[in-house]
Amino acid sequence: MSPIVFLIFAAIAVISAMTVVFAKNPVHSVLALIITFFSIAGLYLLMNAQFLFIVQIIVYAGAIMVLFLFVLMLLNLNADSEPQKSGRFRLIATFCAGLLMLAFAAAMKIDPAMAEKNVASVPEIGLVKNLGKVLFTDYLVPFEISSILFLAGMVGAVLLGKRTPKDVQS
Amino acid sequence: MIQEVTAEHYIILATTLFCIGVAGVLIRRNAIVVLMCIELMLNAVNLLMVAFSSYHKDPSGQLFVFFIMVVAAAEVAVGLAILVMVYRNTRSTDVSLLDKLKN
Repeated sequence: MSPIVFLIFAAIAVISAMTVVFAKNPVHSVLALIITFFSIAGLYLLMNAQFLFIVQIIVYAGAIMVLFLFVLMLLNLNADSEPQKSGRFRLIATFCAGLLMLAFAAAMKIDPAMAEKNVASVPEIGLVKNLGKVLFTDYLVPFEISSILFLAGMVGAVLLGKRTPKDVQS
Repeated sequence: MIQEVTAEHYIILATTLFCIGVAGVLIRRNAIVVLMCIELMLNAVNLLMVAFSSYHKDPSGQLFVFFIMVVAAAEVAVGLAILVMVYRNTRSTDVSLLDKLKN
């Protein structure tokens, strides 16, 4: 059962990721990326990481992609407004990405047990109760620091997005 | 057809997604699509991190994913604000126009 579900989600993720890269219209890219995020969330659920499944859907598929869509519609970009890079460059870039993939996949196969042990049958380490306990004991300081990071990010976004008086006049 | 899902399958899937993201960053010129490809790469890394967390039966990996999501959210907010500023100044989101540091 679970290998079939894994294969389905993996196929959806890869195909929609390709759509993100090769779609001419940026809005289609955004929608394909949302599908990718949902299928990755499904894979989290397959590994019994329920907390991350919910966070993935709320934060990525919800908040971040809505932000992307907003900016896309704010800037009103058309499909044909983007000039393409030359065909030779694209070919070389794709080839380099393929080589990188080979290198990564080979470099991470360090343990022969990786090909045997089933990762989907893991007990409850991904549940909210367990993760919350670890988060607020071992990782309390990074958690608080990340809230400061958020504050800094918010101030930065407001500051960058604000129109200066000079912009408004012109 | 695979018998059961192992860590190796997740490695292959995550590297595939990551490299699709790399190819997108190299190929596309629209800055918003480049940002989206960076998000794709971050997600591939997250997926691999959760797989290894399950593989080693250690919840730290899933918490790292949580922190990566926090940083990604902040990064997208600031990145899109910068993009809006760039669009206001150049009337385009083409990354190849932004080459003032080159000469």
